[in-house]
Amino acid sequence: MTYLPKSRPDPARQRAQYRAFLNRQDIIKAGLSRRDLFKMGLLTGTGMLIAKDGLSARAASAAGTTTGQCASPATTPFTINMPIPPVKQAVASLSPAPTVAPNTAAGEGRTRNHQAPGVGLPFPPPVLYQVTQIANSNVIMSNQRPAQTIWGFDGISPGPTYVAQYNTPILVRNFNNLPANNGGFGKNSVSTHLHNGHTPSESDGFPCDFFEAGHFYDQYYPNKYAGFKSTHQPNGDINEAMSTLWYHDHRVDFTSQNVYKGLAGFYLLFNEFDTGNETTGFRLPTFPTYDIPMMFADKCFDPTSKLLAFDLFNLDGILGDKFLVNGVIQPVLHVSPRRYRFRWLNTGPSRFVQLYLTDLGNPTITNMFWQISNDGNLLPTPVQVPAVALGVAERADVIIDFTTFAGRTFHIENRLEQTNGQGPTGNVLAAGTGNLYLKIVVDGPTVADNSVNPASGPLFYSLPSTSAQPRVRRSFNFDRTRNGQWVINDQFFNCDTVRFTVQQNSVEQWELDGGFGWSHPVHIHFEEFQILSGAPGLFGSSGSSRSFSSSNPSTGVNLARKDVVRLIPRGNVLLFFRFRDFLGRYPMHCHNVIHEDHAMMLRWDIATTGDTTTRP
Amino acid sequence: MPTLNRRRWLTAAALTPVAGALIARAADVTSTSAVPSPRETIQARYLPNVVLRTQDDKEVRFYDDLIKDKIVTINFIYSTCADGTCPLITANLVQVQRLLGKRVGRDIFMYSITLNPRHDTPRVLKRYAGAYNVGPGWQFLTGPPDDIEFLRRKLRFTDVDPEIDKDPSRHSGNVRYGNEPLMQWAMCQGQATPRYIADSILWVVPKPA
Repeated sequence: MTYLPKSRPDPARQRAQYRAFLNRQDIIKAGLSRRDLFKMGLLTGTGMLIAKDGLSARAASAAGTTTGQCASPATTPFTINMPIPPVKQAVASLSPAPTVAPNTAAGEGRTRNHQAPGVGLPFPPPVLYQVTQIANSNVIMSNQRPAQTIWGFDGISPGPTYVAQYNTPILVRNFNNLPANNGGFGKNSVSTHLHNGHTPSESDGFPCDFFEAGHFYDQYYPNKYAGFKSTHQPNGDINEAMSTLWYHDHRVDFTSQNVYKGLAGFYLLFNEFDTGNETTGFRLPTFPTYDIPMMFADKCFDPTSKLLAFDLFNLDGILGDKFLVNGVIQPVLHVSPRRYRFRWLNTGPSRFVQLYLTDLGNPTITNMFWQISNDGNLLPTPVQVPAVALGVAERADVIIDFTTFAGRTFHIENRLEQTNGQGPTGNVLAAGTGNLYLKIVVDGPTVADNSVNPASGPLFYSLPSTSAQPRVRRSFNFDRTRNGQWVINDQFFNCDTVRFTVQQNSVEQWELDGGFGWSHPVHIHFEEFQILSGAPGLFGSSGSSRSFSSSNPSTGVNLARKDVVRLIPRGNVLLFFRFRDFLGRYPMHCHNVIHEDHAMMLRWDIATTGDTTTRP
Repeated sequence: MPTLNRRRWLTAAALTPVAGALIARAADVTSTSAVPSPRETIQARYLPNVVLRTQDDKEVRFYDDLIKDKIVTINFIYSTCADGTCPLITANLVQVQRLLGKRVGRDIFMYSITLNPRHDTPRVLKRYAGAYNVGPGWQFLTGPPDDIEFLRRKLRFTDVDPEIDKDPSRHSGNVRYGNEPLMQWAMCQGQATPRYIADSILWVVPKPA
């Protein structure tokens, strides 16, 4: 049916009507019946279809492409010592005392009971902490910047480092004292996630478990090896021991803003093997002097105000042009000529990095070092590497031996080229032409080194077996709709939609594949996985300088337990999981926090009975 | 210049007040009194004051009249969208409007901007809105094509791939929501459920004390 114009017909209108006819044909060809159109509201009650016209060609990109990338004012690098966050101190008691049920009357934001007592864990646990999320407007990131405002745990960023012992559970009372005035970005409504604790759901920082300013949330961290209540009673599987975790805000839709604003810190787990004392156990360098966490981030600063700026309307991924370690732009670290353990973490917000130890005086020399963990889990044995690739949220512990480097200077350099939020180009830049994060000067005093020499081939944990038959094998496609919305298996995120249910204490295999053109670091909460196939290797490692080559997972650093996997464009990985001990809701999501917020995420639950949906 | 070595930080961290932990310094910065406020910076960067027309053929300035001091949703549609996404998203937002009830037009203001201003005149938009039973408080906007395109780019309803960006049928199906005075801005998917979209918008509506 046609719409008859009241005005004098003109050729353009007639062309429009013809196009309208064609468009209606297109709608029918698209499979939309009259009933569909009516249900969608495209037909009025009298059955009239809104007149359709063809589309005029869009204005050619006259305004030019706004990549939205930043142009921060200049800074002088390597003039401030790299900060090392303080160790979090426990408190003797909490008032009111922690309760199993949420203490709503006292202002607790938790909505579900602690599972700990039900699985035989002490309540309250022996060690208690209190942490306060608060703004701090006196932060120096560079001497060429005014004082910056950050939001930090205990007012610092990185936040204090938790030093935890396996088999000693802790409880953290987490206060939200963040201000309503966000200075341009951030939301004072938070949910703190310990990445990647084997944590019961009610303490895991599920994105929709946010709590508001003026409230608190008690989080119980069992610090038990996975399997303690199932496959490996009573203490869990020692080979599931983790070492380097981090905690950060995870509030749905505002994660990127809050983490960028400073809400992140380290959480380290020690035991009788990873002791923190280089004369015992695996003899890894002594904490804290020779065992140093490093949080890498790339950020933007406003050209006029020189204040930290966040590109609020960016959907693809933010690439900063200032490179920070532990909250300071391009700091410097002085070390003694001996072995150090560095715990590397990339907090992005979006950038993929490949970190090298560069001597700018001799840039073509590759300085090998040792990677001893992947995503904070000690490898079976150290692997000598030229570089470490990290998507957002990936961690790697490395040992760099400065013993023969007395008097020399090095830089931690990212040589991975990336020009937009889609992902790295695959190009590895020439040494010295990348992004310099940290300058290391080996001018400290000569000291004793009792730490293990990785070259001697020490053995750490064995990998748990992956031969068990999975109860179900699921597949997940991470993609973008025709209309720019992030989807997993063509579905959108919802706090309340349980996409699938895993059966408690079962084994699953998950296949993840990536859409065209984009790279995604995908993270699954609660358990570590092993990559059975498709593990991405170092960029540029296939010989050509532009490649996303995959390396064999049975060798090198991919022979590991991980919790973040880099999905390269059209990538495909197969993951092996055990899900044990606790119940409840957890997410899986892309950890490019910009994608995460828009909302490349799904919720899955663990229950006593699970489903077998293969493409949930 | 202050050095933030570990001993100093540990000492400072022992102090309870956070402000004392790190030392403030008016650094080598030439500050001028003309430095815009964060809210002005956001307006200049993303929320231009282009002149648009509503479906009631009323002339409005985008920032001053529609966004400033308000809680808003913004999305892009065009009336002849043939691939099904616009109708789905508009239908979703109709449900969202119903779920939000009286707040729309009072506390929350919804805006849908056309991607095809040459065809979508105010009269066309009014008919489109009528076909969907759109209630008051939700305005459909059109304007000069160059201004609409400028606004689209400023609001970042764009695609990083220029070929996709040129294709109207591939336009973004996301719905931006925000509380302008509080500077809380986020985005949800137009094809999420109406309940979830409504809940998301309510996250930036301040609760009564």
